[in-house]
Amino acid sequence: MFISHKRIKDLYGVANRLREDVIAMLEKAGSGHSAGPLGTAELFAAFYFYILNQKPKEPLWPQRDRLILSNGHICPIQYAALARAGYFPLKKLETLRQYGSGLQGHPHRKALPGIETTSGPLGEGLSQGIGMALSARLNNEKHRIYVVMSDGEHQEGNVWEAAMFAGKNRLNNITVVIDRNNIQIDGFTENVMPLEPLREKYLAFNWNVIDVDGHNIEEIINAVAQARAVYEKPTVIIAHTIPGKGVSFMERKYEWHGMPPNKEQARQALKELRTLGGKIKSEHE
Amino acid sequence: MLNESLHLNPKIFSKHVDEAPTRDGYGKGLLEAGRDENVVVLSGDLEESTRCHWFAKVYPERFIEVGVAEQNMAAIAAGLGVSGKISFINSYAAFSPGRNWEQIRTLCAYNDSNVKIAGHHAGVSTGPDGATHQAIEDIATMRAMPNMKVVYPCDAIEAQKATVAAAKIWGPIYIRLQREATPILTTIDTPFTFGKAQALWVSKKNKPEVLIIGAGPLVHHALLAAYELDKEKIGSVVLNSATIKPLDEKEILLWAKKTGAVVTVEEHTVMGGLGGAIAELLVGHYPIPMEMVGIQDVFGQSGTPRELLEHYQLMPKDIITAARRVIKRK
Repeated sequence: MFISHKRIKDLYGVANRLREDVIAMLEKAGSGHSAGPLGTAELFAAFYFYILNQKPKEPLWPQRDRLILSNGHICPIQYAALARAGYFPLKKLETLRQYGSGLQGHPHRKALPGIETTSGPLGEGLSQGIGMALSARLNNEKHRIYVVMSDGEHQEGNVWEAAMFAGKNRLNNITVVIDRNNIQIDGFTENVMPLEPLREKYLAFNWNVIDVDGHNIEEIINAVAQARAVYEKPTVIIAHTIPGKGVSFMERKYEWHGMPPNKEQARQALKELRTLGGKIKSEHE
Repeated sequence: MLNESLHLNPKIFSKHVDEAPTRDGYGKGLLEAGRDENVVVLSGDLEESTRCHWFAKVYPERFIEVGVAEQNMAAIAAGLGVSGKISFINSYAAFSPGRNWEQIRTLCAYNDSNVKIAGHHAGVSTGPDGATHQAIEDIATMRAMPNMKVVYPCDAIEAQKATVAAAKIWGPIYIRLQREATPILTTIDTPFTFGKAQALWVSKKNKPEVLIIGAGPLVHHALLAAYELDKEKIGSVVLNSATIKPLDEKEILLWAKKTGAVVTVEEHTVMGGLGGAIAELLVGHYPIPMEMVGIQDVFGQSGTPRELLEHYQLMPKDIITAARRVIKRK
């Protein structure tokens, strides 16, 4: 698929902006998850600013592509993407996790435009995507269903029930994107409860599997395009990512899975993000 | 005597009363509801025993077999439900909502998806399969969930009407069903409105001294008990509270005030079921003596339905004993 260099460059700019949003939101909220949202900035930039067929001002537009966030705890990145894509005012991002806010600690369908389903308890997003895919198939609708999942949530039995079902029923209108960042709350996934060989597991369940560098936007977009061309199976894109990506002291540290930055850490993180790791001068200084 | 305006089965008190399982009525209800092309039915490898096979035969494209995977079934149904479909999920109540309670809570109730949960083979009368397959806590666990409605039909005809009604009401609804053939209490002409309780029996010869509230097939035992009590010059009212959530508070309080004592009857643990719901209502509005006929915080076991209903003291004589006891407490 041809995408102009300019467009790709812009998308990286969006990803960086989303990271800044995430840091600011988490610092203000005083609780929440840091590593996952930062590690998936390129994925969310690619989806909400290139891949999805959507109308942010008409969030229930029937022909829209559906994006389900199965691992609801990384919602700050989705909230930031939704706001920047125009689903709701940017100002609302400041209200993350606060009383009366639509930006609930974990996403709730009834609380915010653009949220397709409630999530938080892990391992349930793919099943719901299957329900949406079956509905689309029954109605002969052509929109696509994307399910973003974490790697850790593959320890839930429900995931494999769903993987079995989608494989059996050849649900080619579903594409799963796994944030393979190798961490979960208690440590590295392969120590807590090994997931490998993840690729082979999905192959055995009759899925099409594509591995990508989850920080390479061109690769992400190409993999999604490839998935659309596969008619006989659902596709899973295993996006290899670095948890905490973009903030040096958070990268690859599982301790940052479920922790927000404090004021000083947020200042440091924003400085890094705004100067591309010290390569340029920040306009904020 | 029986409430004439409800057109109940005149053979209720006969030994030869017709019988059918509530699951049969549910299956027919699905077929009827299926005329709406948005209705989809999911089964967890129990197509026939949950009586989905009638629907599956007529509407194969809208019947979804998910295999033995109740969590997946509830979550798929939730995805269908937010996409404009009206989905009915089917398994034994011990597994759905037993196994998939959290999926139902988060994805159906909190998410406000249009999913109907049919809990089959509820109660100890499921029989020989034993305690693992006899759900006795499902009303409590479903009732406790915000945004969930609960209906427990008293016979196959009411089950059919409740199923059709459930398809027309937006949102999550739990329908409790049983395996065994039980007496037909109502007729096609008996009105059914979701959320309404009905006084099936009001003593005329004797002034009503006790209100017996039942749900599910044990309403038959409640009626038999009222019939016997009348012979002993004890008047009573029998209320069928098929909808356990939301309760028909107005009707229940009306009869509670007229009688001054209450007995609840259910094939469910006495903790948090119909009895619990009635107790919560009365304690807040009109506290009067109350007794609960139900399963007393123990698990079921293998046996015939009759043996088990006797063992767990769910027979008409047990209701009569409870009625006498509660009247004395006034």
